[in-house]
Amino acid sequence: MKISYYPGCTLKNNAKNFEDSTLCSLNKLGIQVEELPRWNCCGTVFSLATDDLIHHLAPLRNLIRVKESNSDKVMTLCAMCFNTLKRANERIKSDPESLDKINEFMYRETVKYQGDVKILHLLELLRDEIKFETIAQQTVKPLKGLKVANYYGCLLVRPKEIGLDDVENPTILETLTTVLGAVPIDFPYKTECCAAYQTVDKPDIVAERTHHILTSAQSQGADIVAVSCPLCAFNLDHRQQHTVKKYPEFKHIPILYFTQLLAIALGCPEEALRFDLHYIDPKPVLKEKGLI
Amino acid sequence: MRINISKRKIRDRFVAKVEELSGQNLLACYQCGKCSAGCPAVSQMDILPNQIIRFAQLGFKDELLKSKSIWICASCFTCNARCPKGINIAEVIEAIRQILLRKREDHIKVEKLSDSEKGDIPPIALISNLRKFTS
Repeated sequence: MKISYYPGCTLKNNAKNFEDSTLCSLNKLGIQVEELPRWNCCGTVFSLATDDLIHHLAPLRNLIRVKESNSDKVMTLCAMCFNTLKRANERIKSDPESLDKINEFMYRETVKYQGDVKILHLLELLRDEIKFETIAQQTVKPLKGLKVANYYGCLLVRPKEIGLDDVENPTILETLTTVLGAVPIDFPYKTECCAAYQTVDKPDIVAERTHHILTSAQSQGADIVAVSCPLCAFNLDHRQQHTVKKYPEFKHIPILYFTQLLAIALGCPEEALRFDLHYIDPKPVLKEKGLI
Repeated sequence: MRINISKRKIRDRFVAKVEELSGQNLLACYQCGKCSAGCPAVSQMDILPNQIIRFAQLGFKDELLKSKSIWICASCFTCNARCPKGINIAEVIEAIRQILLRKREDHIKVEKLSDSEKGDIPPIALISNLRKFTS
């Protein structure tokens, strides 16, 4: 199976651990990943104002790149890219007048975009196309005894129309962690916002939110928290530095991308996990469980 | 707190502008409060999400434009998902932010961020912050 891949900006630096672990896992599963040529930043947030068409250009240009590579399907890893690309696509599909205007503006593009690219998150590819049963068969190192709190954040599940699972109680990550042999931990903050981009100018809010989310996961016995968004990962991992200053009794907990767990279970080498990019080192707990 | 309701405020261009930019019918709200009950940011807000809608219905332009809440909301869409009347509250808040941003009243100044602050932050955070908080 071949799949077009849109990485997005953070996957190439701060979230290289997300990308490398995904590429190694998909390689093990026999998937040929083709990164889009000339991709650009998606804009990270979907423009909510009704008259703001100009900001839909960035995501739509990427979908034109998909068409140019003779594909009608693209996979993303980052929850924000997934949300922005998919919402921009839905927006213009439901509004032909805006689509015409946007195409007219992009007159230099050789492809006239028609809204006909399907945007898939990696989790959907794993669930619907590769199938979890295949992953179970290919698992060489089950994550025995590892208690994982799966954190979805906002943009994988909201709004309902574009979310990849139930809007209030998604379970796709729990199913995947079970397939990988780990023990999923349920906790009430799995879809609670981490305060996202407030991290730039109001890191204090993020420290508070991180405290709520992580202590809730810890109270249910989690060894680690699994995430799927590079911004959530930064806030929950790197901002623990601020959290502990605000709440001295707070105990650190490692944050991993779900793809790093997948990569461990499928037998990827440690280089693909890029633990050097983490603030809280996940190695001690993984060693204790005999996983690395 | 003393509040003056007037026809003049309700008929102000501001109310129509918020409805136009958000694409929402403000009068659909019957103040059940579910948006504020589920909002993870209420502890930092000065005007709660359901109050934002009420203020917008009544044309309380000055109160909304100078509120802290519009910059605290991170568009997590929990309110939208839970509104029984299908109102997109996050879009209403975006419309109020847009009214200020379109007058070049930016919420953050990039030049005021220190190099270490900017250096530590991933591109996804910086870009989304600037997209939401600058014109």
